[in-house]
Amino acid sequence: MIAESGHYALVLAFGLALIQSTVPILGARWGEYSLMNVARSTAVAQLLFVAASFAALVTLHVSSDFSVVNVVENSHSMKPLIYKITGVWGNHEGSMLLWVSILALFGGLVAIFGNNLPISLRAHVLAVQAWIASAFYLFILATSNPFLRIANPPIEGQDLNPVLQDIGLAVHPPMLYLGYVGFSISFSFAIAALIEGRIDAAWARWVRPWTLIAWIFLTTGIAMGSYWAYYSLGWGGWWFWDPVENASLMPWLAGTALLHSLVVMEKRNALKVWTILLSILTFSLSLLGTFLVRSGVLTSVHAFANDPRRGVFILLILCVFIGGSLSLYAFRASSLKQGGLFAPISREGALVLNNLLLTTACATVFVGTLYPLALEVMTGEKISVGAPFFNLTFGPLFVPLLIALPFGPMLAWKRGDLLGAAQRLIAAGIVALIVLAFVLAWSFGGSTLAPLAIALAMFVIAGAVIDITERVGMFRLPLGVTIRRARGLPRSAWGTMFAHAGVGIALIGIVCETSWNSENIRTMRAGDVTNIAGYSLKLESLTPRQGPNYREMAAKFSVLVDGRVIDTMTPSKRNFTTRNATTTEAALLSRGATQLYISLGDIGTDGSITVRIYHKPFVLFIWFGPVLMAFGGALSLSDRRLRVGAPKPAKAVRELQPAE
Amino acid sequence: MTRKQRRLTIIGGSLAVLAVAAALVLNAMRDSILFFSTPKMVAEKHIQPGKRFRLGGLVQPGSLVRGDNLKVTFEVSDGSSELPVSYQGILPDLFREGQGVVAEGALDGSGVFRADTVLAKHDENYMPKDVADALKKQGHWKDEYEAKAKGGARMDGNAASATPGGQGAMR
Repeated sequence: MIAESGHYALVLAFGLALIQSTVPILGARWGEYSLMNVARSTAVAQLLFVAASFAALVTLHVSSDFSVVNVVENSHSMKPLIYKITGVWGNHEGSMLLWVSILALFGGLVAIFGNNLPISLRAHVLAVQAWIASAFYLFILATSNPFLRIANPPIEGQDLNPVLQDIGLAVHPPMLYLGYVGFSISFSFAIAALIEGRIDAAWARWVRPWTLIAWIFLTTGIAMGSYWAYYSLGWGGWWFWDPVENASLMPWLAGTALLHSLVVMEKRNALKVWTILLSILTFSLSLLGTFLVRSGVLTSVHAFANDPRRGVFILLILCVFIGGSLSLYAFRASSLKQGGLFAPISREGALVLNNLLLTTACATVFVGTLYPLALEVMTGEKISVGAPFFNLTFGPLFVPLLIALPFGPMLAWKRGDLLGAAQRLIAAGIVALIVLAFVLAWSFGGSTLAPLAIALAMFVIAGAVIDITERVGMFRLPLGVTIRRARGLPRSAWGTMFAHAGVGIALIGIVCETSWNSENIRTMRAGDVTNIAGYSLKLESLTPRQGPNYREMAAKFSVLVDGRVIDTMTPSKRNFTTRNATTTEAALLSRGATQLYISLGDIGTDGSITVRIYHKPFVLFIWFGPVLMAFGGALSLSDRRLRVGAPKPAKAVRELQPAE
Repeated sequence: MTRKQRRLTIIGGSLAVLAVAAALVLNAMRDSILFFSTPKMVAEKHIQPGKRFRLGGLVQPGSLVRGDNLKVTFEVSDGSSELPVSYQGILPDLFREGQGVVAEGALDGSGVFRADTVLAKHDENYMPKDVADALKKQGHWKDEYEAKAKGGARMDGNAASATPGGQGAMR
């Protein structure tokens, strides 16, 4: 019964989406408020029905109802509860249901919190949102129904892929989807603006919080996924330039650009046409990502499904939405009035440069990801484009971006003073040079590229900090005034500082990990000792253990520094009997931001075991950086200026704020 | 500056950045792309020693020999020809004889493929797409794979694992 109810709820949500995609548009055409308001109730109802459908699938998985194909293929009665729940989206059908649920969630949120939107804009936005939703409901119902029953229910399920039985699956896909799908809101706003032929600074103020929310989730989602791959794959890699990772990186790059161009639009009413285009592109890249991951076109581990019908269906959705929105853009963009003028050297100019470099970097990732596919389709020749390609293209484009980054916030709107900004950044330059000298001396004889990159990262961090100290007048003004100013500073200014510093911190982590990572691969027996980067590791024992749905061999290591035991590490090798699959559970030991990493290889018949030991200096910075960026985003989001429905700040407050 | 000049500056700047990006991409395309070959293609094409490529096929049953210091040798087969492969390091969890494998590296002077990366992307009834395609083309596609593939066991999130410097992520 539950499966049928879930299926039925999904069909009803599809029906509601169809109503939502047509009635409000007609209402806006005819100027009928009652018809336009239909969008609101249908969006909320749609959310309720999808939520019910999703809850039904979760219930089926939790109760191990093996009369449902999806549960049989991806669950097992012995599986721990948390993986029974996360297993819902650890497969194609379930993850598509999660996708539409999140889409409905965003639609519902716009309906609930969009009280201050002009009614026709809200009607259009929700209608566009419903177009996307209808397409994906149809996709699920026609090709990927998660509620299919099986004729002869087996007694036991086939279990979830062991690699996915990890807490990472609980966090990473929902986060990533909140990011991916969140960009649908800026897309819907852009299409609504094009349909209405009207766009202004207020539009940017409405779109920005939604874009920011999506961006925060996408940032943490990508970082979380990277950390998951790092600890679970057993050899300490954290980014592979795998097409599926690129699929999430591309919307992130475009979304980051969008976030910045929205600032220009909100403050200066400029770059309207570009911002609209960027909104369309960002969500198109999200759709492309969905296509790449869900259609099985990739020779990638991520290519979940291998059913061409699905691929063709998503490709159709992709073509209709991207083609349709770009044609609409081509027809209507000229009708949008151009706004604010600015000199090339100005805050706007800096943000244009940011957009230019980010979108170009995004384009190189796009080429590197799709070129092999295109080549295979056209010539049948198979190639692989890996890290070297992206290091040679993506890297050089990020260098000017990072150099320019600290200058941006220091330039004034309209016409900036580059020399003045440079003078204020002298301190940051000095910090960078000192760090450069230190690192060069320390890594004498090594590559000079790494110290330079670290100096660049320090320049970015110092630049971000200096920007804030300048604004609050630290060291120039009495402490009391500084504190008052710091309080009065808009939260978005603090957000900018944290987010920009986060970029520098991530860069430090990346450079340290890739340049000074040491590894030690060897065969060991109980009692053997090996050394890495000043640590001694002693293999104490090898013990077999029994888990809920696996057996494992755990190796206990003592970690010694100067002959003193400081900790123990217990990596293991798990064997999942149902799928006859083995996974490696690495053991991690954090010393500050540096980590020791042990994973196990083959276990010999004579009691020996191959182990991989890594010492990864400052590796945690790679993920601290994005976390800081997301924190900065959250701070900006809490800025009252951006809070949806917030009243205009009182005049007295505004006088305290320094000019931006 | 007039409006026109400003616009030209921005357009000029954009074009410059795009030109640089295009140059970078073309340059990287020339040097850092790996082609995929099966043992048969290697024999036919006379690939030069030292040129890096990806080799795919099935691990020939009975060919796996483990040496000292994590050295291993095995043969990769595509049904019609075999190529010996040598590798030093830990093989991925899913590496098994008779299963699909993709190795990255180059031929040495004696015709042995020296791999620096070995990828095994499969579970009990999946083989890498490159390998499957190549085998299909040569008519060595076993019906049982087909049957299994259709039998509901889709390739959802099949595990990849790799080696130092290799690739294969799971997300």
